[in-house]
Amino acid sequence: MNEKKYSIGFGNFKFSLPAPSFRLHKQWLYLPLILMTIFYLLPMYVMLVTGFKPFAEIDLKTMWNLPTRIGFDNYIAAFQNLAPALRNSFVMVIPATLISSILGSINGFVLAKWKFKGADFIFPFILFGMFIPYQSILIPLVQFMRAVGLSGIPALITAHVIYGIPITTLTFRNYYASLPQELIEAARIDGADMLGVYRYILLPISIPSFVVVLIWQFTSAWNDFLFAVILTGNKDWPITVALNNMAGSQIIAWNVQMAGAFLAALPTLLVYIFLGKYFLRGLLAGSLKG
Amino acid sequence: MLKNKDRYLSFILVSPSIIAVFIFIYVFIGWSVRVSFSKWKGLTPDYTWVALDNYKQLFADPRFHVDIRNTVIFTLIFVFGSITLGFLLAVLLDQGLKGEAFFRTLFLFPMAISFIVTGVVWRWLMNPAEGTRLSGLNLLFSHLHLDFLINDWHTTPNWGIAAVALAAIWQMSGYTMALYLAGLRSIPQELREAAQIDGASETQIYRHIIIPILTPVTLSALIILGHISLKVFDLIIAIAGKQLPLDVPAIYMWQSTFDGLFYGRGAAIGTLLLVSVAVLIIPYMWYTLKSENQL
Repeated sequence: MNEKKYSIGFGNFKFSLPAPSFRLHKQWLYLPLILMTIFYLLPMYVMLVTGFKPFAEIDLKTMWNLPTRIGFDNYIAAFQNLAPALRNSFVMVIPATLISSILGSINGFVLAKWKFKGADFIFPFILFGMFIPYQSILIPLVQFMRAVGLSGIPALITAHVIYGIPITTLTFRNYYASLPQELIEAARIDGADMLGVYRYILLPISIPSFVVVLIWQFTSAWNDFLFAVILTGNKDWPITVALNNMAGSQIIAWNVQMAGAFLAALPTLLVYIFLGKYFLRGLLAGSLKG
Repeated sequence: MLKNKDRYLSFILVSPSIIAVFIFIYVFIGWSVRVSFSKWKGLTPDYTWVALDNYKQLFADPRFHVDIRNTVIFTLIFVFGSITLGFLLAVLLDQGLKGEAFFRTLFLFPMAISFIVTGVVWRWLMNPAEGTRLSGLNLLFSHLHLDFLINDWHTTPNWGIAAVALAAIWQMSGYTMALYLAGLRSIPQELREAAQIDGASETQIYRHIIIPILTPVTLSALIILGHISLKVFDLIIAIAGKQLPLDVPAIYMWQSTFDGLFYGRGAAIGTLLLVSVAVLIIPYMWYTLKSENQL
């Protein structure tokens, strides 16, 4: 990563590798790094190793041993149990992610480049919603959903779209604010109106921001538990709720739970592995400043 | 400046979001606060005004005392642990070692998975069973002849919440590392070189130059981690279910409202959580938006 300039949050960070400032016994620095690697990998190791053991080898006493042969019993059992919930999660996450990203992009554009009177007040007004503990709005949320007749997955999508607006607006607004105002002015002199500027000038160069926001929203909606457990019933449980109930039940063995945990983590892990750079940017944007 | 027509249009474009945020955040907060001043209990809403009764009862409630104690312990361990670990990892990764990208990716990956997945796995790692049923980390310690490390984890009397904080550190220290790494990379190299020429040792450079420059990063990390620990909910549920010794305000709010139908009390807990988060967040937002020197 040399000399890349990222605009993250409100600040500008230069991501560049500095020349190492001291060289004394540098190889010793690997020791703490390797210890920490073990710390981070232990849960992953147990989850994977347990998942691939055939039922015959499952025993809490040998949970740290490698499997003698690879089996898929646990994954099959976990998948049979969790398949409806995985489907629910996808059905819920995809529209929730798309809609809140589009809203964020429009808001970001207006709040950065096409301001109306009071726009500077609107931004913090929206932003505050990013931090509130949802316990402080849960009761009205449930009452409201009931009153308007929304339940299950549509209710969950609505909640994720609306509570996603602050972070998506923040990310896009910061990106658009970093673009030179001349870009807009030039397009206007050429006769483009507001929607034209957005559609033909900003939208085409917003793809990286869209990737950041889509990943962020996908991950947070996929990983959400609180809204899901309150707004959905048995049939519409997304994966987090189904997994937690599976883990809490006495009937399903721990090895199947481990396989289930891996299935639940897989979609977001894949996103992270293949699009990690964008994931990191979303993460830093969430801290406002970094 | 914008023509009137354009201003009008731009306001129309953002108004759906503004209305949604206004209702789902601000109106709901007001509504919730109102419920907290009511004696609503049971399925039918009852807005009879009882002033601060729900709050008074909470502060006299032994369970809420446990909640506060657990939140304080969790916050101290989790915030201190994540910041220390995150800072040390960032400094290590900033030394230009080979394989830096690999380690960075690895330390950050828990951020991609949910607290529920983390909780389900750690619940088995922290299995407190003893004797022949020893398992999880305790079994590993026994294999490594580190028997003195064997402990009851989240079932330790009074301190069980500390074990949950450990799992939370596992999940969030990579994030703190990323914040610090971004901060370290924004420090101009000349600054370090100048200090080296002046004869400063590496420790001195960190103590007197780098750590002070990183103060805003530390502040951000403190506030973000702090507000996460006030809200902690899923992780505890996944590790231990709803057990009283590991109770926190978010769980008590949940049980009061949706299991016990004590809406008034649930709303009071929600409001107290909001106030404690707002005390952290509002000055932070104020400061960041101002210092951004925006627009």
